[in-house]
Amino acid sequence: MIATALWIALALFSAAIALNFYRAVIGPSLPDRVLAVDTMYMNSIALIVLFGIWVNNKDYFEAALLIAMLGFVSTIAVCKYLLRGDIIE
Amino acid sequence: MLDMLLEGAIAFMLIAGGIFAFIGSLGLTHLKDFYMRLHGPSKTTTLGVGCTLIGSLIFFSLENGPVVQELLITVFAFITAPVSAHMLAKSALHHKLKPDPRTRGNPQELERDRPKHTVEEAPQGDSPLP
Repeated sequence: MIATALWIALALFSAAIALNFYRAVIGPSLPDRVLAVDTMYMNSIALIVLFGIWVNNKDYFEAALLIAMLGFVSTIAVCKYLLRGDIIE
Repeated sequence: MLDMLLEGAIAFMLIAGGIFAFIGSLGLTHLKDFYMRLHGPSKTTTLGVGCTLIGSLIFFSLENGPVVQELLITVFAFITAPVSAHMLAKSALHHKLKPDPRTRGNPQELERDRPKHTVEEAPQGDSPLP
């Protein structure tokens, strides 16, 4: 039962990442692309966690936590740059 | 029996998370302007990733005792998603991105016919500010 659910979830998250990539490529404005990349890292966290379930290894959790923190900080940094033209004033 | 039930819960959480994340990304792709597109990822994708992480938490708790580290990412995602959505909305307003013409009511930052005047000929009397 878990194996089937794992495959379905992997397929759905991969499709979600493909849609995010499409938006990041065509996105008409800069905040659109930032939003698409932000969503892409959120989905990649879920993909890494699903891979950890697949190989039955708990250590992949740390990679997911690292991606979450760095992704948040980089999103805030790019937004700050778009707002003020500078990151640390 | 209990294992069967917990496996069902894990499968439900994984599929629900996948469906939520897919719907969020679908909204990101298909909606009309940036202010609509901001809704999908900031609410739905966060919920999807949270569901997947809770499913993973139950899965790893089945074998060797309770594991609560995965809750860390869930809490982090639920705290940081509104902050990044707020910053993105602020930068979009700063860049004056065009809203869909059917949107009713504009924020003050997007008003097209904003009076352009110098400091000397500033309008007196009826200031919109409190």
